[in-house]
Amino acid sequence: MRGFTGVFTRELLIIKKRLLKMLISFSVTPLLYLIAFGWGLGQKMTVEGVPYITFLIPGLIAMGSMTRSFAISSEINIARFYWRIFEEFQAAPVSDLAIAVGEVLGGILRGFLATAIICVFAVFFHVRIHVTGAFLLAVLANAFTFSSLALITSMVVRSHADQSMLNNFVITPMAFLCGTVFSLKALPGWAHALIRWLPLSPATRAIRAAALGHPMPWDALATVLCFGVVFFILGTFTIRGAKA
Amino acid sequence: MIRINNLTKRFGKTVALDNLSLHIQEGEFFGYLGPNGAGKTTTVKILTTLARPTSGTAEIGGHDIQRSALAAKKLIGVVPQAINLDMELTAYDNLLIHGLLYRMKRAVIREEAKRWAAFVGLSDVMDRPVNTFSGGMKRRLSIARALLHRPRVLFMDEPTVGLDASGRRDLWGLLKRINREGTTIFLTTHYIEEAETLCDRVGILDRGRLIALDTPQALIASAGKIVVDVFDNESLTSHFFPDRASAGAFAATVQGSATIRNANLEDVFVKLTGRRVEP
Repeated sequence: MRGFTGVFTRELLIIKKRLLKMLISFSVTPLLYLIAFGWGLGQKMTVEGVPYITFLIPGLIAMGSMTRSFAISSEINIARFYWRIFEEFQAAPVSDLAIAVGEVLGGILRGFLATAIICVFAVFFHVRIHVTGAFLLAVLANAFTFSSLALITSMVVRSHADQSMLNNFVITPMAFLCGTVFSLKALPGWAHALIRWLPLSPATRAIRAAALGHPMPWDALATVLCFGVVFFILGTFTIRGAKA
Repeated sequence: MIRINNLTKRFGKTVALDNLSLHIQEGEFFGYLGPNGAGKTTTVKILTTLARPTSGTAEIGGHDIQRSALAAKKLIGVVPQAINLDMELTAYDNLLIHGLLYRMKRAVIREEAKRWAAFVGLSDVMDRPVNTFSGGMKRRLSIARALLHRPRVLFMDEPTVGLDASGRRDLWGLLKRINREGTTIFLTTHYIEEAETLCDRVGILDRGRLIALDTPQALIASAGKIVVDVFDNESLTSHFFPDRASAGAFAATVQGSATIRNANLEDVFVKLTGRRVEP
């Protein structure tokens, strides 16, 4: 297991190298949402009993931590097919589990960076985010789940084109539909029933409740963690399967 | 040091490696010669555990590469054909990541990095990002990285491809020094001169099959020491002779152009397959 430090150190060095660019790029989407939907459309709206911008910011945290954690998929893909750096990991005396831990930790770190940026924006938009242990746990569960899903997809896809197709058909719909920018209660019953089973839906519920200081919906947190554990186990096995 | 028994690799209906058996001694400089697509990289990928064989077994230092993969991997260093360094990071960062993957302590990594950087002549540029390096420098850094954990076997897959003549000769000197320090080297190449100059023994691979295996001198002698190349209109045919006298006598009978020269490993390949080693 100790070999994961090599994989994770690489992630840390890359993040250190690109930190400024990353922070700027991670800021753009949430800022646009906050301006367009928070200020532009939602100033006088309330959703689920809170001002819309208060409802929106935890949703953006769920969305941001998901997309940034899942983005390691593209990074691994480039490392695998273009730079072939992944072969260096596979040729080293490091178990598949250690590679999985290192990569997933890298994804979680990116998810937390995205979360930190949105928390800073929340201060400027006068929304109080309760950064408690429960909140950090909910973000961790979300980032862990989507980093693990990213690991699976990066090992299964055969090209960059497949990777962007997966983003378009899986991640983008989830980012919009899973209660991040609107209340799932507004949806017809059948759609609500369907969407609540996507992994981002319980993650959004848990993050929003913790961020607004409401009681934690433990069922939601447990559901996200279950998704995470299943994805992580599958991800570890797909590393072995990725060999020729 | 390396024991390969009946190793076969199929990709669908294509046989990339056909029942390969080979033993390589500790400290040997072994050359694996063949044209592109012969199965050289497939062999290296299997031996370095990056690919699974369809059938057969292989051991490195007594460890089966499939059943005891982690133990086998600890003994090997790999310089792949395509340079797989982190271009954004510094040369030292690349060595640091490698050392951590091999569970080395940071203080040991620092020491070993200093030693191998000096060995490959990169001491002054360890803090520079790799994307500022020339092709030869990147290749030398790949070698330093592969040696950092002091492997007993070094696999090098076409390490001189893309280097100019001077860079290639510099690298040859480096490889000889590494071998002299006791490291077993498994070198794949399609450069005839490289195999002849560096290797104790050479295996010639063609279409996945090992068609010859011996010292370069013995292989050349088996083909015939002297070659007469006859240019007839647009074709070139080579004729083999045991000595210059018989070669000269033959050349005198040729109508057209003929040259007499010493045989090399490419002639062995031509004699065995009827084709040249096209890169």
